[in-house]
Amino acid sequence: MPDTQEPQGRQGREVTDAEAREISRVEELSYELRISDTMTRDVKTCTPSTPISGLLEILRVRHMSGLPVLENNELIGIISIEDIVHAMEQNDLAAPVSKHMSTRIYTVKEFEPVVKAIEKFSQYRVGRLPVVNENGNLVGIITKGDITRGILTALQKDYKVEEVRRYRASHLFEDITSDRTSLIMRYNIKAGDYQNGGQASSNIKRALLRLGASPQLARQCGIAIYEAEMNLVIHTTEGGIIRMQIDPTRILMQVTDSGPGIPDISLALQAGWSTASQEVRNMGFGAGMGLSNMRRCVDRLELESTPGKGTRLIMEILLSPDESFKEDKEEDNL
Amino acid sequence: MNIKEMVKIIGGTVLTPQVALDREIKGGCGADLMSDVLASVKPEAVLLTGLCNIQVVRTAQMADICAIVFVRGKIPHPDIIALAERESIPLITSPFGTFELSGRLYKAGLSSSETVIPSENNA
Repeated sequence: MPDTQEPQGRQGREVTDAEAREISRVEELSYELRISDTMTRDVKTCTPSTPISGLLEILRVRHMSGLPVLENNELIGIISIEDIVHAMEQNDLAAPVSKHMSTRIYTVKEFEPVVKAIEKFSQYRVGRLPVVNENGNLVGIITKGDITRGILTALQKDYKVEEVRRYRASHLFEDITSDRTSLIMRYNIKAGDYQNGGQASSNIKRALLRLGASPQLARQCGIAIYEAEMNLVIHTTEGGIIRMQIDPTRILMQVTDSGPGIPDISLALQAGWSTASQEVRNMGFGAGMGLSNMRRCVDRLELESTPGKGTRLIMEILLSPDESFKEDKEEDNL
Repeated sequence: MNIKEMVKIIGGTVLTPQVALDREIKGGCGADLMSDVLASVKPEAVLLTGLCNIQVVRTAQMADICAIVFVRGKIPHPDIIALAERESIPLITSPFGTFELSGRLYKAGLSSSETVIPSENNA
């Protein structure tokens, strides 16, 4: 049996077309994050004349594995633990840094995306890269650890943004004082737009969840409004409007269009009755289940239609006390 | 079983590598009519379908479907895959048909998430 395709680390290999589809959020971030966002700014440096023995203590205390070498503010080399070990082997710790430092320096620019640094780490097999500004002056240093930390922080931020949105929305009804607070959302639905049909419902469901609706309530409401939205896409001549009104104790959905109207409503409400074209049926709709699906999900459904004029559908879901959007929390606190 | 285990059982290929596969599947359903899914499927089911358009993903989102399996090796358009990734719904394609896949999953212990629709006299 074929196994699943697991995304695997590429470690600097060329990206094939097949792999390009697998680009993850982490990889996206490596393009979004600037090197200046994640680098260490407080760079410890040394001069070419510093004796190597004088570096040992700095490296040990700071847990570093290398230092940029500056002369008159210009970056002229890098001295790493490896270079120092080399000096040690030759019993040459008293020598100046300039004698054993690496003078081939690979740098990155502060405004470049993090992915540039990742590329250079694997290309040159170095552990740290000095970061320079546009004038070539040293402004920081970046290690693989800095990048990992930067990406983790950014991922956490992504997560928090949704949490904060949800928190703010769910307190909406508590935070606003009025005799009666309602939230009204309007969506214009285009006729025949199968590609985007369902997007409004998707946004409505998300909004309800952010407002603190239970998954069950969001689902019921989502299914009802999705069927209604698809009806606007499939059957209307000029599309229509969805108006959602969210009150603390109920959700009222009004779906209106300007035609063609339904000649026989009682027939339309019958399960399995459909006027949909083959094209619509090929899309997985038009089985004549829409209205009965909606009715199953809501507490009240009213359908009015005038052929040639248009149709108005009203659906209402009443919220039980434990489902209601919180409004009068003060009483609980007394 | 979780989605990853299911993929093995059905000889599937995951089309949405960004979406986690560790979610638990509570049951299964098979339908090509999206209204059937909306009408009669319990939450957190895997959907086996021969339909391969964007409304499958929208329907899945509304009905809290936890994974979509396209039968007979169908592969949806990249736009559909992108939408599924945004909505964190894993898409899987399998070379087998609905009957074979239902059988394999049933045998592996996955039960049906399809509810019985009461006859229309009850409406």
